[in-house]
Formats: sequence, C-alpha cells, structure tokens
Amino acid sequence: MAEILKVANLEKYYGNRFNLTKAIDNISFSVEEGEFVGIMGASGSGKTTLLNCISTIDKVTAGHILINGVDVTMLRGEKLNKFRREDLGFIFQDFNLLDTLTGYENIALALTIQKVKPKDIDKKIKEVSKTLNITHVLNKYPYQMSGGEKQRVASARAIITSPKLILADEPTGALDSKSSRMLLEKMEELNKNLKATILMVTHDAFTASYCSKIYFIKDGKIFNELIKGDDSRKEFFDRIIDVVTLLGGDLNDAL
Amino acid sequence: MMLFKLSIKNIKKSFKDYAIYFLTLVLGVAIFYVFNAIDSQEAMLTLTSAEKEIINLMNEFLSGVSVFVAIILGFLIIYASRFLIKRRKKEFGIYFTLGMSKKNVSKILLLETFIIGVISLIVGLILGVIASQFMSIIVAKLFEADMSRFEFVFSKASLIKTVVYYAIIYLIVMIFNVFMVNKYKLIDLLNAFKKGERLKVRNLTLSVIIFLVSICILGYAYYLALNRLDSLDLFGFSILLGILGTFLFFFGISGFILKLVQSNKKIYFKNLNVFILREINSQINTTVFSISVICLLLFFTITIFSSAWSINLSLKNDLVYGTPADVQIVSYSQDVLDVQKGILDKIDYDVDNFSSYVKANTYGFENVTVGDLIKPIKKEVLKIYPNLLVDNLLPVIKISDYNKIASFYGRDTYTLNDDEFILLADYAQMIEYENKALSKGVTIDINGKKYHNKYDKCMEGLIDMSGNKSNTGVVIIPDSVDTNEYVYVRSYLMANYKGDKDKKEEEFVKYGDEIANNGGFYNTKLDIYTASTGLRAIMIFIGLYLGVIFLISSACILALKELSDSTDNKEKFSMLKKIGVDDKRLNRVLFIEEGIFFMIPLFVAIIHSIFGIKCANIIMESMSVTSNMSSILMTALLIIFIYGGYFLVTYMISRRIINEK
Repeated sequence: MAEILKVANLEKYYGNRFNLTKAIDNISFSVEEGEFVGIMGASGSGKTTLLNCISTIDKVTAGHILINGVDVTMLRGEKLNKFRREDLGFIFQDFNLLDTLTGYENIALALTIQKVKPKDIDKKIKEVSKTLNITHVLNKYPYQMSGGEKQRVASARAIITSPKLILADEPTGALDSKSSRMLLEKMEELNKNLKATILMVTHDAFTASYCSKIYFIKDGKIFNELIKGDDSRKEFFDRIIDVVTLLGGDLNDAL
Repeated sequence: MMLFKLSIKNIKKSFKDYAIYFLTLVLGVAIFYVFNAIDSQEAMLTLTSAEKEIINLMNEFLSGVSVFVAIILGFLIIYASRFLIKRRKKEFGIYFTLGMSKKNVSKILLLETFIIGVISLIVGLILGVIASQFMSIIVAKLFEADMSRFEFVFSKASLIKTVVYYAIIYLIVMIFNVFMVNKYKLIDLLNAFKKGERLKVRNLTLSVIIFLVSICILGYAYYLALNRLDSLDLFGFSILLGILGTFLFFFGISGFILKLVQSNKKIYFKNLNVFILREINSQINTTVFSISVICLLLFFTITIFSSAWSINLSLKNDLVYGTPADVQIVSYSQDVLDVQKGILDKIDYDVDNFSSYVKANTYGFENVTVGDLIKPIKKEVLKIYPNLLVDNLLPVIKISDYNKIASFYGRDTYTLNDDEFILLADYAQMIEYENKALSKGVTIDINGKKYHNKYDKCMEGLIDMSGNKSNTGVVIIPDSVDTNEYVYVRSYLMANYKGDKDKKEEEFVKYGDEIANNGGFYNTKLDIYTASTGLRAIMIFIGLYLGVIFLISSACILALKELSDSTDNKEKFSMLKKIGVDDKRLNRVLFIEEGIFFMIPLFVAIIHSIFGIKCANIIMESMSVTSNMSSILMTALLIIFIYGGYFLVTYMISRRIINEK
C-alpha cells in the first residue's frame, strides 16, 4: 500500500534560547493509505502541535513531513493553500461550523472554494450525507443541531473533497458518549468503505480503540506503538488501557 | 488608585480597536466648537454693521442647530458605549468572580468614561481652535471682507458651551453605564462570549413579502412627495410612510437578496458567495434598527446639504444679475412723478454724488393684471395654485423708458410695433405659466386699445433690484400708449455712485429716513449683497454642520458594528483559512462584506434623495432657486470623503484584526 504520510525527524521548539521547550522532539512515523491512525497523549504531550505541523497550520523547526510524496514543509503561499484545500480534510473538537450557514451550505463551502460545479456539489452532498446519516439536518442551522449532528456535518465537510488525509483533532471531545460512539462508527465506515485515510488525535482510550494503529506520545517523543491487527475492539481497548497505565500520570485521570 | 490604573490599562488596550470611535468623539467636539465660535471671527474682520447683524443672526441659527447636534452626538455616544460594554461582559464577569463589588466595577466604568470624555474633549477643543482659524478664512471669503490682520481667534463662549454640552452628555452616559452594570448577572456575564449576539434567522418567504410590501410603501411615499405637495398633511404622511418603508425595507432586504441569489445555484455556490451572503444577511438582520436610522440620517444629509448648496449657488449667481446699479430709489407716492425732483431735491441730496443715473416710471392699468397675462390658461393655473393673486396689477412701462433702464443695466433693448407688448420676467415658476399663455397668444387692453404679445415667451429682465430672481412680470408697451389713465404710478431712479462707493453709500444711507418720509424707499447693491451673503453663509454652515455630524455619526456606528464583528469573525476566517482559503481571497471577502454593509444604507439613502431633492426643488423653485449638478457633486464629494474614509479605516482595522494570530 502507498505511503500517504511520512514524518521524518520532526522537531518543533518553542521559546527563546534561555528557555527552550521541545514540543516535538525527533518524531518519525508513517501512515499508509486507508489506515485509521490515532495519536494519544496527555495534554501538553505535543500531540496537537504535531497535528498542527502536519496540517501546515504551524511551521516546523526541523525535519520533514511528506504527504503523498510532497514535502509540505517546503510549500509556500498559494501552493500551500492549494494543498490544504485539496489534500487535507479537517475535523475539529469544537466543530467549527459557520453559524450563519445551514448544514448544506457549510458542507458546500468546502467544494465552492475548489470551484466545483453547483450540480456536482448537490450530488456529492446528497451522497455523503446519506453515509453520515445527516440528510435530515441539511437545512438546519448549527444552533438547531445536536453536538453529534454538528460533528457529523463537520466530518462531511472534511471528506467531501476526497482529501488524501483527514486530520481529526479530538473529534469526540465535545460530545456525549452516545454521540461519540455514533461518530466513531461513521468514521470507521468512512475508513473501511471509502478508504479514507484518517489521522486522529485524542486522549480518550475509548475513542482511540476505533483506530487501526495508535502512537503514544509523551514529552514530545513517541513512547509506544500499538497495532489492532485481528483483535476485537474490546481487546484492543484493554491493550490501550495497559499502555495508558504504563504512561501513568494524567492519562489515568482522563479516562 | 488600583481602579484608576485598571481603567487606564483598559482604555489603552481597546484604543487600537476602537480608535475610530475616539476619533469620532474628537471630531464631534471640534466641529461643535468651530460652529459655535463663528461669531468670534468678526473680531479679525472689518465688517459693516449690517454684516455684523447677519453674523449674529447666523449665530443664533447655529445655536439652535447645535442643540439638535448635541442630541445626535449624545445618542451616538450612548449607543457606542452600550455597545462597547456589551463586548466586555466577560471581562466584567472576571472582575466579579475575583470578588470585586458592582460598585467598584461601576467605578472603573465611570473612570473610563470620564477619562475618555476628558481626553476627547481636550483633543477635540485643541483641534477645534486650530480649525476655527481656517474657518476665519472661509468666513472672510464668503463676505468678501479683507482680512486686514491675522489674529488668533479664540471663543471663550464656544469653549464653555462645548464643555457644558459634553459634560451633560457624559453625565447621562455614566448614569446609563452604571445602570447597565447593575443589571448584569454573573452567570450571564461569564457565558456571554458563548452566546454572542443572538443569531436571528428569519423566515425567508416572510422577508421577501415584507420587502415587496416595503417597496410598495416607498413607491407610494415617493409619489405623494412629488405630486401632492399642495397638502401639508399628505406631505407629512409621505415622510412617515418613507420612514416606515425604510424600516420594513431593511427588515426584508437581506432575506430577499438571499432568496434571489439562492434561486441561481450557479452564483450562489460560486467561490465564497454563500459565506458572504449569509454573513451580510445576519449582519443586517441584527442591526435593522440602526441601519434604518443611519439610512435616514444619510438621506437627510444628502438632501439638506445639496439643497443648501443649491441655494448658495443660486443666490450667488442671481446676485450679480439682480444688482446692476449701485442704488435704486423708488417712490410710491402718487404725487411724485420724478424721484429727483419729488424726493432728492426735497431732502437736499445732490445728484452730483452719482456718476450716472437714469429715471423712469411704471404704471398700473385696470385691465393689466396677472390674470390677464395668463388668460388662456388661467383656469388650469388656478386649479394648481388656488391662492394665486390673479387680480394684482402688473407694472407697465413704456418701451423708451425701459430701453433707458436696460442700457443703464447693460441689458438688451427692444423695439415694438404700435399694437405689440413684451412681457419681461425672471421668476422661474411664474415664467413657466406665462410662457405657456404667451405661446397661445395673449391680448391685453389698455384704455380701450388692444395689444398682443410680440414674443411667444417672456424676455428675461428686471426693474426692481433683488438678491434673487423675483420679477413676476413687467409689461413693456409702445410709447404711443396714452398713460394718463393709470391706476397708480411708481417712479424710479437708478444710479451709480461717483468715487469711493463705500463712503458714498454710508453718506447716502443717512438720508434713508427722509426718503421714507417722502413716500419712497431705496435698494442698494451693498445691502442686497450683505443680506444675500448672510443667507448663503447660513445655508452653507447649517448644511456643513448637520451634514458632517450626521455623516460621522452614522459612519461611526457602522464602523463599530463591523469592528466588533471582526473580533467575532476572527474564528470564522481562521476556519476558512484552515480549509484552504488564502489570505488574498479572505481579504477580498472581508472587503466585499464590509463594502456591501456600508453601501446598502447609502444606496437606499441615495434613492430616497433622488426623490427628496426633486421634492426640495419644487419647494425651492418658489424661492426661485434652481438646483444644479455642482451641488450634487459637492454632496458626493462630502460623502465620498467622510463616509468613504470611515469605510477604508474600518476595513484596514478589521483586516488587521482577522489577520493577527
């Protein structure tokens, strides 16, 4: 399988020469096409910084990030925007839907900025909303939707452009457990049926148990790596808990 | 002391974002000072007593307008500070959780308002004092007075007035602010940022219906304003309808546009159109009231300013035309057939004071009335103007007499056959009807002999000097007419002074009472000039004063709304950035969004003004004022400069807000 994401010797420092914080300290890993990869870590471990670097929102200090063979740390200006527009999809913890637009329009926006024809837009939205079970909220405004519906609309916006890589930052962070489960099942479906490659950051073991592979990060370094393999989700969940216990500290509290 | 430090810090912090508000305050103070300090200008100018009188009158006018201006500025400041407090709910919430009492938070707010007030007052006054030096030059130019010496002008009265008015405004604002803080509940304050401004989503179909209704109402209001000027009640009604229509218009317009664009998916789903339209829709829906008020203010600005400018220009143009001689003495006495013999000789005024003069008489004849001259269309005219004095006698003059005056005035002379007459007039509204009548042919009857019109329209000209074109008609008849059977006679003497005109005028005016005692009166060029200039100055100053205040107030409110929205929009724009919209496109979206928001009230105001100015023209025609392009141009310049300036500054500040990390 093709390698979608390759992170090589990534470093990200904050601060000045008197007080240096290594948010990411020499991390290397890769994601294959069609994988559902999770990144776990306590708050302050550097997982969100890592995601920001991959999504080109933040600049790296050293190292390289290759997405589909292109070194995104070298992209500038319009090329960078084009890359973000066409190759990446984002799902945020706080949904980030525009409150003045209906669900339909929020999803359409991702396509209109790519200058997709209105006819195709309609077709694509109908398809994806069926998959994510949000057909009934398309004409509602975000304030009329539940948290789970909002996040599924946001997910629809992220995948509708068929990006190479979907980046999800704590997507279940603001959802209740029922909505979380539904969202994760949908993401699993997207991953399996549509072959979407997903990189998800979370601190929640249950959320992480839907992934096929998990990297654990502590103090800016990869601490451990788990592959689901043929395990059931329950078994995988237990293995995650073991690692979390090993990691100790904050993560226990998070469970 | 700590509270004081906190206040200062808060002001510094918000200064960057709300600089435009402070600027408006400063401008408001400065303008207020300048227009109230005009009377002090006379100190540096050599003005005649008549001119001084006019300036006093102007000052009284401006004082009246100042009260109105203070009310407008008061509303602006109350609106703005309410607005700024709303944005700081979270901050107040934190103060409360830290255990600060409501009293102390109120104190912080009072201190802030006080500091901002004092600073803007001081800066504004300094600016005002500087600006009023320039004002002196304008005043001097208007009155064509020579600025013999430059003197620093400072008006203590205006200073005190400005301080007192602003003290009252700020006192009200402070009471208001304290009242607002006391109303708050802690939980609401802390959650305020989550709620933001409540989203108003309206039923689109309802919006469209309301929009269409508003168009009908406005259309009817326009119709009334143009066609039913005869009735004051209906005119008032049309204004009320216009206000109502404007509110409904802004209630419905955004929904209507949205619906309209939505029906064309190709445009709706193109680029960021969805986003722009929805944002504007929500912005307008949350500010229907203020945007309507702003639109009406803009409408008043345009109409008042362009009308004032028209009056100014008309008066200026008419002035040279209307005063072809230095002095004109008229006798009403039926015993006087010659002004020189009947009046001047009696009062011992030596005609050697004149370099040249001309004498002539006009007569009134029984069958030469206003009605007689418009006989063919008399009924129609009476229907429109039932109060027209059709029985008034028009003055009649013999052609040789008129030609003497005409040569003296430097105007065309005429010839007449024995059965012809010429109608001389320059009062626009009257000419319109007289021309109509003349084109149909008019015959008049003097002492049993008939005369018909030589020309099929009025000739332009005058006998009585005046600051504006007000000659409703003078009938020129052949010399052969027997003028012994007149109803009345009026004798004229027109003259130019010999030597120093100002000195001669002063001497002549001393004879004024004696002339009146002998049944006469006089017009002098200088008198008419002063009165006319005074009127022009009043028009220009009131137009500018109200225009600038209205403009900066409305632009400031829009700017505040946009700037506070930008702070909210930062998140929206950063989201757009994340999904791959580049900075250039984002800035363009912001520009379009804010541009439309600023343009919509102006656009509606311009449409209102087209009808408003037409209506004003109809009214002003009776003052023989004609509007012209240059007044529209001046208004446009004023708006582009001030309103456009506010828009650009707002755009640049909000661009900085959304682009900063």
